Amino acid sequence: MSSHIKTGESMKTDEAGKKMGMWLFLYTEIILFGGLFVLYAVYFSKYTNDFIEGGKELNRVFGVVNTVILLISSFAVAASITAVQKGQRKIALWSIGGSLGCGAIFLVNKYFEWGHKIAIGIYPNSEKLLDGPDGQNLFFGLYYVITGLHGIHIIIGMTFLAVAFGFVLAGKVTAHRFALLENAGLYWHLVDLIWIFVFPLFYLVI
Amino acid sequence: MEKNDHIFGYRTLFAVLLALLTLTGLTVGASFIDMGKLNVWVALGIASVKASLVLMIFMHLKFEGRALILSFLSTVFFLAIMISFTFWDIAFR
Repeated sequence: MSSHIKTGESMKTDEAGKKMGMWLFLYTEIILFGGLFVLYAVYFSKYTNDFIEGGKELNRVFGVVNTVILLISSFAVAASITAVQKGQRKIALWSIGGSLGCGAIFLVNKYFEWGHKIAIGIYPNSEKLLDGPDGQNLFFGLYYVITGLHGIHIIIGMTFLAVAFGFVLAGKVTAHRFALLENAGLYWHLVDLIWIFVFPLFYLVI
Repeated sequence: MEKNDHIFGYRTLFAVLLALLTLTGLTVGASFIDMGKLNVWVALGIASVKASLVLMIFMHLKFEGRALILSFLSTVFFLAIMISFTFWDIAFR
């Protein structure tokens, strides 16, 4: 047992340990998406022109809007932690709610983006992709896998934030004990981090 | 010792958001200028700056202890090896 001195509530709970646990999990997520980015990198170098052509098919406006939305949502989540630390419960609740709203808008955008692509015959195993150049098939395959996996993480992150919202509402998250909200926030920031790299690699390919 | 004594003010957080939005604009702007092979690297460079801001401020890494900082850097190091060694491999096939 380590012998550093803790006071008050954190004597019964291990706030630092919980945070470290979350970070360790985040590292596995980084490697998970990192592996997918390795795939992207290798095939981009092999099929550069096909990737450029594929990138042109993606809608930049959607990409920029989604990027901005996630950045704002990360700000909101960070602000909610400041609010909890300052004992400002209402601000915390509104901030978390704001992040959830941003996440919902992101998912709606994704629905329209994918819907449009599918409608014009671009989806995994579609005839258009199978008959077309290999590089384009790979580009869109990676697009669907990476943004799909990312979308699943948005849903998980929103669930986590919603749980944290409930605990803040119930008064269980306090200025001395907020690892739950902090960890939900960390997970959400990771989802934002991944998108920060997805956006230029898929939407701004030249 | 608990390092959670540090609180980021709303103004700081908002300033970081503005910086992130500006960098996003920069990335989009740069994508309209044809720099050939350099474009990808510029885009990744700007993305890395954005990521650093999110990590240091929003995710609080700037004020975390050694265990967190070292373990995070190790992960990045591992990622760097995973990516660069893969390239090293395919470059010689």
